[in-house]
Amino acid sequence: MSRYAWAPGYTDDGDRPKIVTSRFQYEDGYTLDRYLATGGYVGLRAALGRTPSEVHDEVKSATVLGRGGAGFPAGTKWGLTPQGVWPRYLVVNGDESEPGTYKDRLLMERDPHQLIEGCLIASYAAGLSQVFLYIRGEMALAQERVAAALNEAYAAGYIGKNILGTNFSIDIVLHWGAGAYVVGEETALIESLEGNRGMPRLKPPFFPAAIGLYGKPTIVNNVETLSNLPWLLTNGAAAYTAIGTETSPGTRIIAVSGHVKRPGVYEIINGSTTFRDVIYGEEFCQGIRDGHELKAFIPGGGSAPWFLPDQLDLPFEAKMVGPAGSMLGSGAIMVMDETTDIPAMALTLVRFYAHESCGKCVPCREGGTWLMRIMERVVAGRGTQRDLDQMLEIGQSITPGQYPHAASERLGLAAAPFPFRMTTICFVGPSAYNAVDSSLTLFPDEFQAKLMKRTSIPVTAVGADS
Amino acid sequence: MTRLNEANVIIAKEIIGRYPKARSATIPLLHLSQQQNGYVTNEAMVQIAEMVGATSAEVLGTATFYEMFKFEPVGKYLVNICGTLSCALMGSETLLHHAEGKLGVKAGGTTEDGLFTLERAECQAACTEAPCLQVNYRYRYKVTTAELDQLLDDLAAGRLDGEVPPHGTVARVRQHIPADKAVGPVPPDAVVAPPAWITEGAK
Amino acid sequence: MTDISPAEEVEAPPVDPNEVRLTINGHEVVSTKGEMVIAAAARAGDYIPHFCYHPRLEPVGMCRMCMVDIDGGRGPMLQPACMVPVSPGMKVDTGSPATKRAQEGIIELLLANHPLDCPVCDKGGECPLQDQSFSHGPGESRYVEEKRHYEKPIAISDIVFLDRERCILCDRCTRFADEVAGDALIQFNSRGNNTHITTFPDEPFASYFSGNTVQICPVGALTAKPYRFKARPWDLAQQESTCTTCAVGCRTVVQSSHDELLRYMGVDSDPVNHGWLCDRGRFNFESVKSADRLLQPLVRQADGFQPATWSAALAEAASLILEAKAAGGPKSIAVIGGARGTNEDAFAWSRLGHEVIGTPNVYSQMGDGLPADLLLLDRATIDQAASATTIVLLAPDLKEELPILYLRLREAAEKKRSRIIEFAPKQSGLTRNAWRHFAYEPGTQVAAVEKALADPEIAAQFAKGSVVVVAGRGNLAETSTATVRAIRTVLAANPGSRILPAFRRGNVVGALQVGMRTADGGLDTRAALQAAADGKIECLVLVGADPLTDFPDTDLARRALAGARRIVAVDTFLTPSALLANVVLAASAYAEKSGTTTNIEGRVTTVAQQVNPAGNTRADWMIAAELALDLGGDFAYETIDDVTADIAWHVAGHEAITPEALATAKDGIIAGLLPAMAQAKLLEAVIPERNSYDFRLVVSRTMYDQATGTANSPSLAHLATQTMVHLHPLDLGKVGTTEGATVKMSSTRATIVLNVVADPAVLRGTAWVPFNHSGANVGDLIDCTAAVNDVRIENL
Ligand SMILES: Cc1cc2nc3c(=O)[nH]c(=O)nc-3n(C[C@H](O)[C@H](O)[C@H](O)COP(=O)(O)O)c2cc1C
Ligand code: SF4
Ligand code: FES
Repeated sequence: MSRYAWAPGYTDDGDRPKIVTSRFQYEDGYTLDRYLATGGYVGLRAALGRTPSEVHDEVKSATVLGRGGAGFPAGTKWGLTPQGVWPRYLVVNGDESEPGTYKDRLLMERDPHQLIEGCLIASYAAGLSQVFLYIRGEMALAQERVAAALNEAYAAGYIGKNILGTNFSIDIVLHWGAGAYVVGEETALIESLEGNRGMPRLKPPFFPAAIGLYGKPTIVNNVETLSNLPWLLTNGAAAYTAIGTETSPGTRIIAVSGHVKRPGVYEIINGSTTFRDVIYGEEFCQGIRDGHELKAFIPGGGSAPWFLPDQLDLPFEAKMVGPAGSMLGSGAIMVMDETTDIPAMALTLVRFYAHESCGKCVPCREGGTWLMRIMERVVAGRGTQRDLDQMLEIGQSITPGQYPHAASERLGLAAAPFPFRMTTICFVGPSAYNAVDSSLTLFPDEFQAKLMKRTSIPVTAVGADS
Repeated sequence: MTRLNEANVIIAKEIIGRYPKARSATIPLLHLSQQQNGYVTNEAMVQIAEMVGATSAEVLGTATFYEMFKFEPVGKYLVNICGTLSCALMGSETLLHHAEGKLGVKAGGTTEDGLFTLERAECQAACTEAPCLQVNYRYRYKVTTAELDQLLDDLAAGRLDGEVPPHGTVARVRQHIPADKAVGPVPPDAVVAPPAWITEGAK
Repeated sequence: MTDISPAEEVEAPPVDPNEVRLTINGHEVVSTKGEMVIAAAARAGDYIPHFCYHPRLEPVGMCRMCMVDIDGGRGPMLQPACMVPVSPGMKVDTGSPATKRAQEGIIELLLANHPLDCPVCDKGGECPLQDQSFSHGPGESRYVEEKRHYEKPIAISDIVFLDRERCILCDRCTRFADEVAGDALIQFNSRGNNTHITTFPDEPFASYFSGNTVQICPVGALTAKPYRFKARPWDLAQQESTCTTCAVGCRTVVQSSHDELLRYMGVDSDPVNHGWLCDRGRFNFESVKSADRLLQPLVRQADGFQPATWSAALAEAASLILEAKAAGGPKSIAVIGGARGTNEDAFAWSRLGHEVIGTPNVYSQMGDGLPADLLLLDRATIDQAASATTIVLLAPDLKEELPILYLRLREAAEKKRSRIIEFAPKQSGLTRNAWRHFAYEPGTQVAAVEKALADPEIAAQFAKGSVVVVAGRGNLAETSTATVRAIRTVLAANPGSRILPAFRRGNVVGALQVGMRTADGGLDTRAALQAAADGKIECLVLVGADPLTDFPDTDLARRALAGARRIVAVDTFLTPSALLANVVLAASAYAEKSGTTTNIEGRVTTVAQQVNPAGNTRADWMIAAELALDLGGDFAYETIDDVTADIAWHVAGHEAITPEALATAKDGIIAGLLPAMAQAKLLEAVIPERNSYDFRLVVSRTMYDQATGTANSPSLAHLATQTMVHLHPLDLGKVGTTEGATVKMSSTRATIVLNVVADPAVLRGTAWVPFNHSGANVGDLIDCTAAVNDVRIENL
């Protein structure tokens, strides 16, 4: 079996266990009928048969790592809400916009009931009062599918007052955005949901679990994270942790894009699958496109520091990838072969982050755009050595100290581990610099080759343009 | 008159009614007005401000933050060609130049007949299917220049009318919470006790 | 003193559970729970550079300038000092290499898009960005890209201009507008590098408080029309003073250059104004230098006013008074006014009236206040009001009349410290923040209060904690009787409540307190005017008082001025009333004289002389002292301090308020209570049925009207509107009129013609008209002795 026309990109060769993509094989996987016919709402029934704290414990013991980027275990996060403060809200992060990431949209388009059931289980366990399901604005089909599924589920008594005849009652409200990457950041998501400009709040002092939506304790979870719960409650934590490794149990969905033979979305076993397995494995991407070889890859979405082929054997395990100088982020692998014009491709990322800066903090607002301007000049062949130095200087103003990067024998680099220090509020600013830093650190020659070929460089007087 | 028409006012009130605070409905209402008029007008923002209890300036501040809201008329079809890394690796720049040539406008421009607005977009969450584009937020994957030509021709000829609604309409299915099933919005300051099932257990 | 017996041993101070000890740059600092590191450091003398942080605004932590190394136990980390609360044992290093590098980086990035036009920028010389670029910046700019460009300064309101190129997007003005003023009319627009501040198209930043944004802007992006391009900061001389535009008594800094007043800035007085000023108070300095000021004394001759020397004018005034005394005895003389000057002015004039002339008819209110005996009740401070569990408003619209008190009470409600219960004939600026709003038709105020008190929920609210009644005159078209009864009803039901008088005129509380009030059997202003109208006043002395403009019942004022046989006026402008005087003595204005003033709390603070008196004018107290000499008295005052000391010596409650004490009391000194006085006799209130065709008249003031300070300040004058009648939209039909149409409005007294405004803030069946606006004069309709005034409105 390979692709299903109705699930573009999705590939399920091999007989790996499937936790969240099991219904992608059905063209009508998004309907309530199909959902019920394939074990739907069994997890919810199982949950309702137990006390909320038992359900919470089950999720905690399964260590369901957050799939939105930070990888914080869901069960633990639910437990961070302050004692005795009500109401508590759930905000579902379906704003998927990280460059390279493509999974939450598929989950919402192909299996919305699974997500709904996940929301219900979380709400039951953590005593939540209302759910807001925030879908990225540009995802028309996902919005339609989730809306239709919510309507079906309300009609069938799975959502709303007295769910399945119990005293468990909750509304799930579909909310949708209007195009802003930074709104994927959980505090910006809350601002946006409150009807404001999607600018992140500072944390510390307050994390959403303590002070979130409308100032009340709020749990923000990613779509994929919540989509794990029905299977988990149906099959139990033991079955869940039997897959993957101890610190990274279960599966996760990854999207591999770029210069591979078979780019696509795969559900892989967490913790043990390596990047080599994914990029070269027969059941995955089957290697680099014909006649070419791997130059570099980004292991965790556009914000992650880049890896060289030396790091191919690292597994999907945060505690390995961090020290090696990058992060797993949102499960997006972007692959570049040797034909890649590194500065030009890095520019697309710098441009992305500069464009998506919310403008709240100075280093990102001013620094991101400045980096973009310099990169544009360099890529256009009008850059100077001074420009390259200046980009590193700007980097120091955004992320003071050493920036994470991979070890490279060729370049004589020892790995600088993730994370880094930053002067910004969120990761958008650092991410703009990340693309500069990774590309310039790992491929200095490509930048040198683009510099202005002139013997004398005109000196621009300080402040001459003012 | 670019205020919400009667039918949309009813929808707007239903949307507002789902949130603990009316202000939360700002973005959905802006979408609703963009769906009605093709773009967001000042008049509509004044009305939305009244409906959600904000000042017009606050609604403007929110609206201008987001990419999808347009403040002057755009083409019937908004063609967003993704230009972020995964698509760039697969040749999206060529696709964009091709579209510019075919439509005779630069990215950001609208064709004279008011049919197309072309934009260079950022990552659309279809990276494995690069290069990709959206027409009024409907996807096209692994687009070749020939397919792009075909798409634009089909749109111009109205052959995709059923599939691609005019700019402004995003989802064509709306959530509707039946009154007898609705729990109702939970106001943040009205609740001080945990939900029933937490204290009593599920019954 | 080596020998300390055990009994005297210093007891260990009780440990304050809110106390937090931390280390900043190596020294221990004692702070309190919840304080931000930046504030603790500032108190300890360690300045942490910042742009977005402002102690009176919610922190946002967005400029990132205050990032310093903070070690909360897990090693030093760069964190924004404006957002990190102190914690025990925390170590802060504001000068570490990482901190320095971060600060240099921020400055460089801020300057990237900031124009280097300091030489022509109003802020040049007092600009935090400029200063911090010198002290914490990298020293050079490496930015060679083109800077952001915007259209040159745009007017975001009538008074404030915004230069978006200079703006560093610190969110201060926008936070102020939203959080403090409650006028969220300026906002961030767009995103990322394109972010800029705008108003909504055609909805200007028409806030009464817009000038504060100019003051707190850390660069020169916001400028105020009255000051733009007028001076360079290093040319300014300045002194602390107190604004006397209204009776809140905001602390200010008065600045001048070359003997010309140029700017007022708010001073952060914790108990009073928190640094804020209203636009009226901030910008009416223009009136001091108005070309229309009265610059020398005038004496009426057969052919009209003639300029006179001081000695001639004073001699003329003295002889008018002596003639009057001879003709009708001292009781035929009445002295009105004194609330616009300093305490010293009022005290000298009260001595002149009471001692030298010997009349009991001395009064400083203008028929728009409440009886002075209310000041004997337990009085609240503004702080007590703004932290009361319940605030009862039986007052005019504070936003219009006592604007900074409005801000303070609004904050109390916003922060959920206090619940506001408002009784008003018309919605006010605070109605939005009120927990309960009771709209009453004039004449039913006491009933409304009684009904509310009977509501168990409200009774329970009162029982929860402290109660402060903000008491003032909500409607000039009814007598004060109902309001006084309503206030006493609330107080009786809630023993222990305090009152905060919401009297409006600059120093009215001070004037009453130091003596500008009737002695036994004396006539208050209304009674004096009535006596004058009846031909019983031989001489009327107007001390900065203009009954034709300020007294609610214009007809009575007119008859009084016509009926008084002699009029002596002291004023800064030739007002309509002064025009009718026999002698006009030219007085110095605010900032041209020093002294003290008393605010609604009874707080006495200093006002400073910053410029020389205009022309040949003199301070009111000097005029009184010299006139006393001509009348055979001698106050023996040589300097203003002599007068202040004399007040401390003679006036009950002022014992401690000496020039020396004032010099060190940065927030002033609260005066003690007045000596006992008899409760004022209230006018009997017979409330007629309202004829269903009639509207019950409500008249009150707005911020911008024809007051001399406003009308003579060009930047403000045009903000005052024409007199218009506001009716509830549903009442328009009753009259058969429409918004904007012209109508005829008549009372038993007169008929005026004015335009209609549909206004849902007005109660049905009532008609609201602002007082003292240009065009029709609503005072012509008001009978100040009637319990209520009804008017008929007809379409023209
Ligand atoms: C700039 C930025 C963008 C983000 N975008 C997303 C996103 O699109 N979707 C998402 O689920 N999480 C995103 N996150 C992570 C969220 O802040 C948050 O950690 C996550 O939604 C928590 O859910 P989880 O614990 O289930 O992973 C983003 C974070 C940052 C800093
Ligand atoms: S880093 Fe950028 S996107 Fe994030 S809060 Fe700061 S300005 Fe906004
Ligand atoms: S002052 Fe702290 S971030 Fe601006």
